[in-house]
Amino acid sequence: MVLDMFVGTGAGGEPAEIQTDALIIGAGPVGLFAVFELGLVDIKAHVIDILEKPGGQCAELYPEKPIYDIPAHPTITGQALTDRLLEQARPFEPTFHFGQRVESLRKTDDGFEVETDLGTRFRAKVVVIAAGGGSFTPKRPPLAGIEAYEGASVFYAVRKIDAFRDRAVVIAGGGDSALDWTLNLQPVAKSVTLIHRRDEFRAAPDSVNKLRELLAVGSIRFIQGQLTKLNGDGGALRSVTIRGPVGGVELEYDVEAERLLPFFGLTMKLGPIANWGLNLDENQIAVDTARFETSEPGIFAIGDINIYPGKLKLILSGFHEAALMAQAAQKIVFPGKRSVFQYTTSSSSLQRKLGVI
Amino acid sequence: MIKVTFIEHNGTVHTVDGEPGQTLMETAVKHAVPGIVAECGGACSCATCHVYVDDMWKEKTGGPSEMEEDMLDFAFDVRASSRLSCQIRLKPELDGLVVRIPEFQN
Ligand SMILES: Cc1cc2nc3c(=O)[nH]c(=O)nc-3n(C[C@H](O)[C@H](O)[C@H](O)COP(=O)(O)OP(=O)(O)OC[C@H]3O[C@@H](n4cnc5c(N)ncnc54)[C@H](O)[C@@H]3O)c2cc1C
Ligand code: FES
Repeated sequence: MVLDMFVGTGAGGEPAEIQTDALIIGAGPVGLFAVFELGLVDIKAHVIDILEKPGGQCAELYPEKPIYDIPAHPTITGQALTDRLLEQARPFEPTFHFGQRVESLRKTDDGFEVETDLGTRFRAKVVVIAAGGGSFTPKRPPLAGIEAYEGASVFYAVRKIDAFRDRAVVIAGGGDSALDWTLNLQPVAKSVTLIHRRDEFRAAPDSVNKLRELLAVGSIRFIQGQLTKLNGDGGALRSVTIRGPVGGVELEYDVEAERLLPFFGLTMKLGPIANWGLNLDENQIAVDTARFETSEPGIFAIGDINIYPGKLKLILSGFHEAALMAQAAQKIVFPGKRSVFQYTTSSSSLQRKLGVI
Repeated sequence: MIKVTFIEHNGTVHTVDGEPGQTLMETAVKHAVPGIVAECGGACSCATCHVYVDDMWKEKTGGPSEMEEDMLDFAFDVRASSRLSCQIRLKPELDGLVVRIPEFQN
């Protein structure tokens, strides 16, 4: 899980404003297939996802699990489906922007303006929301009063290293994120303490080896145990209470902590989409079933994020929605252009676009 | 039918009928037992179906697999008796099984 890898300040060298025909929010299976369908009608797309990789739920939640209801694939794993969709979209050269969350979506005179939490700005003629169950967001451990510390002492990602400089840092978790940040913050922080419920880590072997080396020379501290309480006031954390084995008995005790980074996996949250002025129906975006357009013309919603009578939250439904959305988007991006119905099997024009002839 | 009992954190007891082959999580969800969230629908990828298996049943349910143990890292207040209920498949020997539901599903 590389969600919280350091991504640099600002837009990481990206141009201030990116112009595109279509902007797709979400690189799940449906967003990826939308690249293909839009490509067939000559619409180029940029794709944004808060994850560091494509595939949405398929890649994040069940990469190894077989799916049995993808037409013509009696069985295919979540990751294999993602890889195939990427391969299928490749001729249309989508540009991916990973590790960024779309915060705002605004109508302009000639389309839409979209901005991410890293400050990357896009101008698009059409926007396709393929946001599934919402943004993958780090889980908040159920510790009493944790909200009050968030953003001041408790962080779920490292955006600014300086916030940790010369601080007593406690990192909780045993996966790649926890280990990466233990290793990366060690040279900067006053102290780094890693807390995990067992002396085993499900992380890259290389990171585990480096961790063991630093532990051996005493540069970092490892405590086997679990967080039970946060202690401090006014958003300033002083210590965390830990329960864990000490010399064979379970004890509760406090450990100095000015900063806490809990890494307990990801969950999906609707996030900023709720603020974009679109008609929602219980956290889903209402669309029509001919164009899969939202209450705002030019903004489409496909895949798990949308709702209409009879909606089935299946990947195959999202694929169908992408095809019809692309037809409607074409009329906005190329007004006046006559659209001709064509098959990929027989149309030389489509085959040229796909690079197969 | 396999009878299983879920005890909520507040002490409320739910004894329900499960079927062989069904998972413990599926049984809980089917009977709307509160406290089993099962966000990922049983893919062993969310840890929101966390339960504590009563000591006398531990031998019959067996322990967590390596994958389950890894996922338990994402659960809250993990104990020696912790299991993910989507990874326990009901079988006749589990008739009478008792599990406790933690206060929070992370
Ligand atoms: C365990 C499990 C098993 C499943 N099995 C099947 C099955 O067998 N068959 C089937 O058809 N379906 C199955 N599904 C459902 C299927 O995975 C979903 O229908 C599918 O992933 C929906 O695709 P999507 O592209 O609409 O959204 P998602 O896959 O949810 O992707 C949406 C992406 O958008 C991103 N995003 C959202 N908001 C923002 C934002 N503001 N800024 C940046 N990025 C954002 C998210 O981070 C995410 O990566 C299963 C789901 C699960 C969890
Ligand atoms: S239901 Fe998600 S891990 Fe069990």
